[in-house]
Amino acid sequence: MPLMRALRAGTATVLLALAALLAPAWAQGLQPVPALTAHVLDTTGTLDTTQLQMLDAKLDAFEKSSGSQVVVLMVPTTQPEDIASYANRVGNTWKIGRKDVGDGLLLVVARNDRKVRIEVAKTLEGAIPDLAARQVIDEAITPAFRQGDFARGLDAGTDRLIALIRGEALPAPAAPPRGALGDRGFDWEDLAIFMFMAVMVGAPLARAVFGRKLGALLVGAGTGAVALFITASLLVAAVAALVAMLVGLFSSGKPGMLSRGRSGGGLGGWAGGGSGGWSSGSGGGFSSGGGFSSGGGGDFGGGGASGDW
Amino acid sequence: MKRWLLILTSTLALLGLTGCGYNDFQRLDEQTKAAWSEVLNQYQRRADLIPNIVNTVKGEANFEQETLTKVIEARAKATAIQVTPETLNNPEAFNKFQQAQGELGSALSRLMVTVERYPDLKANKGFSDLRVQLEGTENRITVARNRYIQAVQEYNVLARSFPSNLTAMVFSYSPKPSFTVQNEAQIATPPQVDFNKK
Repeated sequence: MPLMRALRAGTATVLLALAALLAPAWAQGLQPVPALTAHVLDTTGTLDTTQLQMLDAKLDAFEKSSGSQVVVLMVPTTQPEDIASYANRVGNTWKIGRKDVGDGLLLVVARNDRKVRIEVAKTLEGAIPDLAARQVIDEAITPAFRQGDFARGLDAGTDRLIALIRGEALPAPAAPPRGALGDRGFDWEDLAIFMFMAVMVGAPLARAVFGRKLGALLVGAGTGAVALFITASLLVAAVAALVAMLVGLFSSGKPGMLSRGRSGGGLGGWAGGGSGGWSSGSGGGFSSGGGFSSGGGGDFGGGGASGDW
Repeated sequence: MKRWLLILTSTLALLGLTGCGYNDFQRLDEQTKAAWSEVLNQYQRRADLIPNIVNTVKGEANFEQETLTKVIEARAKATAIQVTPETLNNPEAFNKFQQAQGELGSALSRLMVTVERYPDLKANKGFSDLRVQLEGTENRITVARNRYIQAVQEYNVLARSFPSNLTAMVFSYSPKPSFTVQNEAQIATPPQVDFNKK
């Protein structure tokens, strides 16, 4: 659905523009925050494909079974920032961790700086206090790093971290994968309610302002246009427009009689918004195809520990 | 077209009510207060950590007494200052508090540098644990201060820009103080490195 894609691209552009506006001016000389596309990101090319996939699969399985999001990021350097503030910035940009739980953890390796940091979201500061994070770095990660075996260090380190997180009583993961996707998924229920309200309020208003026939026509056209814009389906839009127009025409003669207008408007809203949502939902307009994305709930307050090798 | 007029005036009235920013002031005021509490929280965490550090260092024979005393004094000074939410609206008290915390911070970092000269202390497990905790606390302080600075910025922009500055004037909301460095000139000058010193 090209329209769908255009809509999403448009949203992304707006968000990007907003982010650019919000970003302080001094942020220019700093290292960029890479896009969050997987559990393991390696911009240095240190890990080979199998190692990347194995680590990613482990963290993905952990997220599916417990809900917590653990992300490994490997960068060449964090200069001019120190690794603690870089990791904190990355963590708070990505906001990894479930939406309402905020259980995220970020492991940053600055390869050329020979520094590593475990950045812990506030929710997990109880499960992984600074000392525990430091122990993981000292005992599991840096010994392997010293020998140049980054994959083994990361593997052992994430094993220890996963064990620590499992020791904490966190809410179980949501049954559908929706919980992990977080706010990316579009809420069709909200949309149906919105359409319901819009037609309910809009139909009597339009009739009052434009008169019966023109008002009904406008409400119908408006509903159709909105339905088309959101669902990108001509059939659904036409049905929604027709129903809304009929509601506008026949619901009530006088603008003051809200009770009858409400019941009619409600019917129209449901038929239009509800069916539109379903058709597009099954059409797969918004499903992301199993890709990884942040839960958006992690709040990083500077907890964790750093180490070097 | 009376109806049009009605719709137009009601829309304008609604916009006027939300446009004056009164609710935004309330929201941002609470936000800065919350951010400030977090700053205090983290400073308290550091102050609580210091006695442990001092006691561990004291155990080390012939440790430089001067550095240690400075940390103890700075801590006493910093914790003696009473901080209330009203401190935020009093730039003088705010500066005093900030200065005391800054002194404590520099006394502590001097202590940590001095420790490097004592191998026994460096090898001490209890002490290295305390160091990790102190490092984590300093990080948290940095984050909390950053968030406070951002919250204050948002509030001050609202308090000084039109038309919400009129609301600020009516209710006498003044811009809030933010963190600054005391020794700006000192930081701006590059450090002198001299290896020929004897």
